[in-house]
Amino acid sequence: MAKPTTVSSDSPALDVATPEGKKPLAGLGGPAGWLDDRVGLAKLSKGNLRKVFPDHWSFLLGEIALYSFIILLLTGVFLTIWFKPSMAEVEYQGTYQLLRGLPMSEAYQSTLTLSFDVRGGLLVRQVHHWAAMLFVAAATVHMLRIFFTGAFRKPREINWLIGIGLLSMALIEGFAGYSLPDDLLSGTGLRFVDGLIRSIPIIGTWAEFLVFGGEFPGTIIVPRLYMVHILLVPGLLLALIGAHLALVVYHKHTQYPGPGRTEKNVVGYPLFPVYMAKAGGFFFIVFGVTVLMGTFLSINPVWKFGPYTPNQITAGSQPDWYMGFVEGAIRIFPPIEWHLGHTTWSWQIFLPGVGMLGLLFGGLAAYPFIEAWITGDKSEHHLLDRPRNAPTRTSFGVAGITWYAMFWIAGGNDILANTFGGSLNAITWAMRFAVWVAPVLAFIITRRACMSLQRNDQDRVLHGAESGVIVRTPDGGYYEDHMPIPTDEAYTLTQHAEYPSLEPTAAVDENGVPMPAQVTKRRARVRDWFFRANLAKPSADEIAAAHSHGDEAHEVEASDEHKAVSQH
Amino acid sequence: MSSEVEVTRSHPVPDPGIPEHVERWVDVDPAASRRAERQIAACFGAVPLLALGFIVVYFFVPKTWAIQFAGLHAQAQNFWLGLLGGVAILLVGIGAVQWARLIMGDHEISEERHPAGSTAEDREQALDEVHEGITQSDLPRRKLISTTLKIALPSLALPALVTLLDMGPWPGPGMRAATIETTIWAEGVHLVTDVTYRRIKAVDMVVGELVNAAPENIQDLNNDPAAKAAATAKAAIIIVRMDPNTIKIPQSRKDWQVDGILCYSKICTHVGCPISLWEHQTHHLLCPCHQSTFDLGNSGVVVFGPAARSLPQLPITTDSEGYLVARSGFTVPVGPSYFERDSTHDYQNGDN
Repeated sequence: MAKPTTVSSDSPALDVATPEGKKPLAGLGGPAGWLDDRVGLAKLSKGNLRKVFPDHWSFLLGEIALYSFIILLLTGVFLTIWFKPSMAEVEYQGTYQLLRGLPMSEAYQSTLTLSFDVRGGLLVRQVHHWAAMLFVAAATVHMLRIFFTGAFRKPREINWLIGIGLLSMALIEGFAGYSLPDDLLSGTGLRFVDGLIRSIPIIGTWAEFLVFGGEFPGTIIVPRLYMVHILLVPGLLLALIGAHLALVVYHKHTQYPGPGRTEKNVVGYPLFPVYMAKAGGFFFIVFGVTVLMGTFLSINPVWKFGPYTPNQITAGSQPDWYMGFVEGAIRIFPPIEWHLGHTTWSWQIFLPGVGMLGLLFGGLAAYPFIEAWITGDKSEHHLLDRPRNAPTRTSFGVAGITWYAMFWIAGGNDILANTFGGSLNAITWAMRFAVWVAPVLAFIITRRACMSLQRNDQDRVLHGAESGVIVRTPDGGYYEDHMPIPTDEAYTLTQHAEYPSLEPTAAVDENGVPMPAQVTKRRARVRDWFFRANLAKPSADEIAAAHSHGDEAHEVEASDEHKAVSQH
Repeated sequence: MSSEVEVTRSHPVPDPGIPEHVERWVDVDPAASRRAERQIAACFGAVPLLALGFIVVYFFVPKTWAIQFAGLHAQAQNFWLGLLGGVAILLVGIGAVQWARLIMGDHEISEERHPAGSTAEDREQALDEVHEGITQSDLPRRKLISTTLKIALPSLALPALVTLLDMGPWPGPGMRAATIETTIWAEGVHLVTDVTYRRIKAVDMVVGELVNAAPENIQDLNNDPAAKAAATAKAAIIIVRMDPNTIKIPQSRKDWQVDGILCYSKICTHVGCPISLWEHQTHHLLCPCHQSTFDLGNSGVVVFGPAARSLPQLPITTDSEGYLVARSGFTVPVGPSYFERDSTHDYQNGDN
């Protein structure tokens, strides 16, 4: 590093034009030099500025989540200027004619004021809500991308867990947010939460009284949720996002397999300037699209719902989309309630409500460790899996999505019945079965599809790509000509790791003394099942053999087919 | 077990290496390059104009203006602020991304990865330092200090948790009896409509009719909105009139109704939504939240959905002038279940 120079502000050195070929920040003068003297700026940026990031559209999903979060912070600050988190009753006298003279909470009144009397207020409110929808959606799809490509494997298990924490907190944050305006819909949501907290065995009533400051609805839940929404959870989210990104930088980004990409390198473009422009630009694109959504797509029009009163409701009350699966579970769970002595155990609320969230996030958190136990793979993974090459994992993922989707659909059973003129009871019963049956079907179908895709890969490597040219042989047979695929593609299709089946090792040593088996029978069996749908990839010899008598092979194949056809 | 046995890595097709760089159109055609530059500059250049437009709209488009277009109705101010602001932000992004895609060099570069873990040397050194530190602290010989510290730190969590216990009153038996186990219904309280607080005459109700109602004394709480909301959340009722010949009235509830006029809690026994959808042919009442369905012609038993307990019925009669009046409060706690609830007294299908 060049020795930093100090230059007085009127020094002619500052006016010297940069000569051709000279570095723009030669000598690190000016503000950069000032900062470097104090915090070692050059040491920090050296090596990091040109850090390489690989390029792929699916890597943008996490970016969308991050940018939505920044948009939420920006718009949220604006909203706090106007929103009053108070349940004190006031009479509305604002611009919106239809609610004038109605008693309502200050929270609802200030939301109406924000929407109708503050210039740009409605826009910012709608942008905030859309960004929240997008935040959870992008985080969810980002998680699916990580799952299906196996990016959660060593060394990234901790970052997977941080991600699961982020997603679960995003749900809480969203719920707390849409409960704040104290309109009829959000109040109904809180009523449900009250019932949910109550249902917790043994401590439910105590938890309810502590959370609501006494009986439902009380006057303190909105201020408390406000604290949760603007301080507690955002603080945690921010800290976890920081850790999430720090680990991405430390581990370096994963990359898709391809020519020149190995477990030992990362191929792509440098952070400065390419990714700064691309990622920075993408932030503005996400922000711009969110603003346009807030402009053109009405969301949560609280003025239509009216103020919350505990004895009113509208049919078709729905939570925001990410709570839909819990809602569905609550709706279709059979009425199992124990009345033991002087106690009541509301399993039909506690299990689908609290248990479902626990099952989903617990299962997601545990998955990397379960898979690592099955595969016994202790190596680091930086090359992503193509989902077809990990058929069982992919099938688990699709089954999980299907499971979630079934609950989500069940959350709209009344809307389905209404829209399609079906029987509500029949739909509910169908969904009670579908949540068990559909994931199993999805698992089986996905595994078959992955195997087919692997066979297709094999065919391409061995026999080439279909050319679309149908050749007629002199004796009347037909075959489709195949063209060899590019080496780059052939490499991509054959680079993945393989997991041979293992023999269980002995649980006793050569002297007959018991010792822990290195491969237990159970693990060998589970591993065998896990990799059963993985097709062995062709060896170099097989590829060479298939290529060397390429044309002959066609002829042989064609005449075989010809014979088969001519028998009819 | 070594990884090599568990995982095999073979490369039947040798790695051809990073593909050769292919020049873009803008790299070889100066005209295309200038055009790309102009496009990007146009994106950035439009932003100040749009920002200015935003400010003009902020000051000069009144909030009362509306836009009617293709059957849509929009607040003009919101529309223009969002459109101008949104496009301005979007153009910054599009310009920057195009700059990166078309102007900046697109040579892929490769960077070495290093294992996430430390080298053996680093580990050794770190462990040495840890060992030195432990030795210096003299902890191994001073078990008393480490033991007491291990107890001291967790014990601080208890006071921290205890300070949270004032977040709400404690629902002991007395508190429960005064809150979630009671409503303001009592003997002699008139049933009134829930919006206008009008008393309801039995003869005015026709068969099939449903009235959302409240206790007359709810108005006493008009000056205390919080108490009123809490009371409403439990005391809300529905009154239905059914043909007495088409419904089942158990012996024990013969005098809880007036000529087929029955009164039930409006609060669902599942999670407490106000139930409102009335199918007067079947006498079923459906909760719009989670579709629990109660048969009001059979003492409010659950016929479908996730609720597990009958809707509590309020015993009613008429006063001397024929107005509906409560005979007593609810005989069981209304609303969703809670752990300490004694649910052995709720009506079950077939009870008499």
